Amino acid sequence: MLSIAEIANSLQQWLMATFSPGWATLIEFVLVGTLVLSFFAFLGLVLVFMERKVSAYMQLRVGPNRVGFRGTAQTLADTIKLVVKEGLTPDGADKFLFNFAPFLVLITSMLLMAPIAFAKDFQIWDINIGVLYISAVSSISVIGVLMAGWSSNNKYSLLGAMRSGAQIVSYELSAGLAIMSVVILVGSLSLNDIIASQQNGWWIFKGHIPVIISFVIYIIAVTAETNRAPFDLAEAESELTAGFHTEYSGMKFALFFLAEYVNIFIVCAIGATLFLGGWMPLHIGSWEGFNHIMDFIPSSVWFMGKTFFLIFVIMWFRWTFPRLRIDQLLNLEWKYLLPISLFNLLLVTFIALMGWHF
Amino acid sequence: MSFLTNYFSTIYTSVRSLLKGMWKTGYYFTHHKEIITQNYPENRDSLNLPERFRGEVVMTHNEENEHRCTGCTACELACPNGTIKIVTKFDITPEGKKKKALDTFVYHLELCTMCNLCVEACPTGAIKMDQAFEHSVYDRRLLTKKLNRPDSKLMEGVE
Repeated sequence: MLSIAEIANSLQQWLMATFSPGWATLIEFVLVGTLVLSFFAFLGLVLVFMERKVSAYMQLRVGPNRVGFRGTAQTLADTIKLVVKEGLTPDGADKFLFNFAPFLVLITSMLLMAPIAFAKDFQIWDINIGVLYISAVSSISVIGVLMAGWSSNNKYSLLGAMRSGAQIVSYELSAGLAIMSVVILVGSLSLNDIIASQQNGWWIFKGHIPVIISFVIYIIAVTAETNRAPFDLAEAESELTAGFHTEYSGMKFALFFLAEYVNIFIVCAIGATLFLGGWMPLHIGSWEGFNHIMDFIPSSVWFMGKTFFLIFVIMWFRWTFPRLRIDQLLNLEWKYLLPISLFNLLLVTFIALMGWHF
Repeated sequence: MSFLTNYFSTIYTSVRSLLKGMWKTGYYFTHHKEIITQNYPENRDSLNLPERFRGEVVMTHNEENEHRCTGCTACELACPNGTIKIVTKFDITPEGKKKKALDTFVYHLELCTMCNLCVEACPTGAIKMDQAFEHSVYDRRLLTKKLNRPDSKLMEGVE
């Protein structure tokens, strides 16, 4: 069976055979960069369309249905509009920071793509501290947001950026603790080891109630970290126009918009990797026949299916729940999520020590 | 201990209410038959407008080309943005008396916000809201309408 990993391997061998090792590596760099960028564009198009359709059906509307087949070309048309538009820089803005901020946010998302395993043996960078790398790098994006808010020279932008900063810094804690519970059970920070440990069942099934609790906490925390409703205080339209990207227009706005959706994809991919087994097919204990049938579905399909399911859940949150106030937001984190996840971590550690998980 | 029970009951009730909301939106997401928006230009012939939809003000006339407007200008006074202008004239009654009557009911559709206050103010029920909504024209003057039909008279017995 032809798999993505085999294609990548044969390409690698061909490059190594044709060029000198240095050139082959350089060509691979360029190829991977191009692939990541085109994947970003693809994600932007698909996720925005998905978001609009999901929101429409949840609000008893039809959603975009004019451009292309059943509206599928709508986001493409929007993208062309954004590319053609003028990218305005306000007079009072700090020009360098203002123009740099959207790229910083996008570069952070690009960096986060590196350790994600998209399919069996298909990964940009296999490092043994993948989980640590992700939780460390993902907090850089707050600098981009603060930069954008500060340099815009606009009160709404600044307020939105400060809120976003408070929010990301506090929710990072419970997201990190939720990730920790799986790391404790596996005993490794490598994403590949984590996926391999779910050969006989995903952690959400194997780890009893504590892992389910940390999964729920993880989903809540990353919804807050990606600044999405019900935690979208940073860009609360009714209070702050658009928050930190009030002053941005054209392609620079589009980069922020793209980074938001790519970040959703990344956090959902990590959630799927940690709790739902990444590319690992659904295996149930010792049901040989069932496991064998599940193995026939390609691993990339499993990974994408799980990730998009989680993305759907986060969209579901957005179009159901009302926005929190800033005090409610911080209450939720410091009074509820953090104590619960700390206690939960203790429980998971106990389970791991006693070997009570499957 | 009571703060602990409070703490956990808060978590329980909030999670329960959030799940309730998600159940509702999930139900809507999976039941496309309940969609209330309509594909307008395609279904122009079978458009299903709600009963209370307000498109423009019209004056009702019966078969003998008679309306119920006495020209009292109650609607003109009630209108918040000067949409209605009533021009009156003096009719001579059979007894030889002069009597105020409606000459022209001028209606500026481009100013109207469909607030329904004129219809509520009318003491004789001469005007009502119609559901026609395709009003776009290329010339602004076409939106200034005369609501009473030519040669129409006041209905017998309406004071």
